[in-house]
Amino acid sequence: MRLLLRRAAFYLFTAWAAITINFFLPRMLKGDPVSAYLQKNQGLVSPEAADALRTLFGLDTGKSLAEQYADYWVLLLSGDLGRSFSHGLAPVADVIASALPWTVGLVGIATVLSFLLGTTLGTLVGWFRGGRGDVIVPVATFFSAVPYFWMGLIAIAVFATGLGWFPASHAYGKGTTPEFSAQFIGEVIAHGTLPALTVVLASLGGWVLGMRNMMITVLDEDYVTVAQAKGLSRRRVVFAYAARNAVLPQLSSFALALGFIVGGTLVMELVFSYPGVGKLLLDATNAKDYPLMQGLFLVITLTVLVANLLADVAYAALDPRTRQGEV
Amino acid sequence: MNRDPVLSVSGLSVTYDVDPPVEAVRDVSLTVGQGEVLGLAGESGCGKSTLAYAVQRLLRPPAEITGGQVVLHAVDGAAGGDVDLTTLSPAEMDRLRWDQVAMVFQGAMNSLNPVLTIGAQLADVFTRHRPAMGRAERTATCGALLEMVGVGADRLRSYPHELSGGMRQRVMIAMALALRPRLLIMDEPTTALDVLVQREILQEISRLREELGFSVVFITHDLPLLLEISDRIAVMRAGRVVEVGTASEIYHAARHEYTKRLLGSFPSLTGDRGDFVRKGAAV
Amino acid sequence: MFTNRKSITGLVILGLFALLAALADVVAPFGPLEKDYTALKQPPSATHWLGTTHLGEDIFSQIAHGTRGVLLVGLTAGVLATLVAVIVGVSAGFLTGWRGESLSALSNVFLVLPAIPLMIIVASQYDDPSLFLISAVLAITGWAWGARVLRAQTMSLRSRDFVQAARANGEPLWRIIAVEMLPNLTAVIASSFVGTVTAAVLGLTTLAFVGVIPITNLNWGTILYWAQQNGAFPEFWWWYVPAGLAIALLGAALSLISFGIDEYVNPRLRSAGERARLQKKRTKRSTA
Repeated sequence: MRLLLRRAAFYLFTAWAAITINFFLPRMLKGDPVSAYLQKNQGLVSPEAADALRTLFGLDTGKSLAEQYADYWVLLLSGDLGRSFSHGLAPVADVIASALPWTVGLVGIATVLSFLLGTTLGTLVGWFRGGRGDVIVPVATFFSAVPYFWMGLIAIAVFATGLGWFPASHAYGKGTTPEFSAQFIGEVIAHGTLPALTVVLASLGGWVLGMRNMMITVLDEDYVTVAQAKGLSRRRVVFAYAARNAVLPQLSSFALALGFIVGGTLVMELVFSYPGVGKLLLDATNAKDYPLMQGLFLVITLTVLVANLLADVAYAALDPRTRQGEV
Repeated sequence: MNRDPVLSVSGLSVTYDVDPPVEAVRDVSLTVGQGEVLGLAGESGCGKSTLAYAVQRLLRPPAEITGGQVVLHAVDGAAGGDVDLTTLSPAEMDRLRWDQVAMVFQGAMNSLNPVLTIGAQLADVFTRHRPAMGRAERTATCGALLEMVGVGADRLRSYPHELSGGMRQRVMIAMALALRPRLLIMDEPTTALDVLVQREILQEISRLREELGFSVVFITHDLPLLLEISDRIAVMRAGRVVEVGTASEIYHAARHEYTKRLLGSFPSLTGDRGDFVRKGAAV
Repeated sequence: MFTNRKSITGLVILGLFALLAALADVVAPFGPLEKDYTALKQPPSATHWLGTTHLGEDIFSQIAHGTRGVLLVGLTAGVLATLVAVIVGVSAGFLTGWRGESLSALSNVFLVLPAIPLMIIVASQYDDPSLFLISAVLAITGWAWGARVLRAQTMSLRSRDFVQAARANGEPLWRIIAVEMLPNLTAVIASSFVGTVTAAVLGLTTLAFVGVIPITNLNWGTILYWAQQNGAFPEFWWWYVPAGLAIALLGAALSLISFGIDEYVNPRLRSAGERARLQKKRTKRSTA
């Protein structure tokens, strides 16, 4: 419990750091497109929106830095992230909210699937070391070095355009309106398979190798010898004794890798024109839509933090030693 | 004292298949009688642990048995009552494990699975070897085992890291005795513990032996300890057994040079300063 | 740690890429942006080993010349990041109290911040970033991992006897770190360096593919960017497949080197395969 509290405190601190970095980011970057925009579109922007933008971008030079910082916090806590230039001045929060579920759904499912599959494969390869399974090592090594987006390109070329099994882009068919119908869900699954498959395949290698190495290390531990001396079934020794212990460091590195995974999937969204936050960010960058960029960075960072916290909770649930505070 | 033999090791050799090969156990022959305590003494690296592992077919590559037999006597259901453990298939061996021969390992620090409760680790022995046992009976038996070694049934739900070293060792002993094996092999069971706890554990083992009647092979480098608790002692050096005798034979009339040297290396608590265990005897 | 099979394979592949980068002008039959209007979008042939782009540029030459950018940025980023990681990580591990804790918190924060969005936002600010600037951006987002690992290692070393002895002897702090601890940390530093270079290469190519790094900087990612922009996709496979394969191959080579180091550090991994093969031999022998 103590450990979780410490982790929670750390995440709060990191969240604060991320928000503060976000505060300084536009003030450090060159140019001032926001003022230019405001001047050009004076009639179109409501006073509140203009004020919000000024606070977010440090344009209210009348106030001291500390006051600006305080205003910034007030703005954030009320859920106002400014207005998006490239989306007809729609609130940034709304624009992000429509894209976030797609990313979380896709990345969440694909990453968890990849971790589970990779860990299981790694367990088996680690247990049967020296056997035919070892051929997986060079294969997994190669695959773990492949950039997500390139794998996505190949996947589209082979499976979508070549074999025609899956649609090549977007989350659902053109002209379809999102709703809770079986047909829509079917389309979502059809469109989501290829991107998900890409993420799974590209990240699988890393998990297999990591788990294999951990299994090999754990199999030398005394408690595994004891389990074998007790005459326990091989299945029990592999899973309840070896794998249950080997998976713990893997879970830690999963939590740490989340930031990196999110990055890779963002670009992959570009390849598939998938309407998630990744594509949104890239489009925003190209359109120099600073409010949206800033809002996205914040949201992405906070999402990664939440995911990290969940991974830590899972770790604490699996490792009884953490419950006494000392790890 | 003529006891029926429980285990007969004849001409056992174990080699580590590395470059150059290391003969860890050379042509060792030993017998363990019903209900007796056989001490196995020797310095580090003499092969006593390797021998213990070999007897139970727990060796891992590159170690392998290169010769000899390990015969378990009076096994129920075996033709003639004798089973050569070296010829069994892994499945057959697994069935005999823990049921006939069990082991208490060195350093209970790492011998218990950190992520399972004590109760779970005791219970899976029964799940595996006594599948007919119901869950309630299993839990009750595990609790009784813990009570037997003085740990207390309330510890069934504890995790290994919540117990002290002494308690963990007791749990290992309870676990080893779960199926009432006829032979218990103990590999340096008290080395990692402090002296007072050591004393308690040894008393516990003695008491249990009287109650349940199993044989013990007690492996340690601590010869004076063996002199106290063993019926017979075998001294090993560089993979060979150099001397076997009753405890009193070894103490009073050791024949091999190495045995005498071993005896002479332990400082004495009594006698003059600088004296060793066998003051005045031929050293 | 560099003599086992995996390391050697990795080093050989890396060496080949380095040679390609150094000798690109000699090895590549054409300049990277040399256009041959008579051979547009050609599949691989004798003159153009990997075919041509929509402007008649030789793809093999582009890849050869692009190697330089990739390796330079990768190595520079790796060196910068590892330098920071060593300074912060070892200090965090060695210092106790609030100093160590705050350094540790610093690296944890950088570890959790998602790298690519940050890089995209920062890189988009500059119109023509120099190689060094790109390397610096990659380094800023990549140093935290190594720092964390080094901190863990330093902490375990700190309590070892030889360090205690040095402290009892009154050795100054810098000397303890430099002379006593660093030699024991080389394997970990090497492993973290390799990992950082891998991440930098992937980061660079990703940024180039996305178009955030201007196309004047030639690397494998820009090749993919052009391929994507000019409809290479999906028929003109010779345009986009080789570049990705090159990235994967380089990454795999670096990973192999990293495994070689891992096996050196953790001896259990070393002979795992051989021991199991012996086990099979043994069971066959005893049941014969």
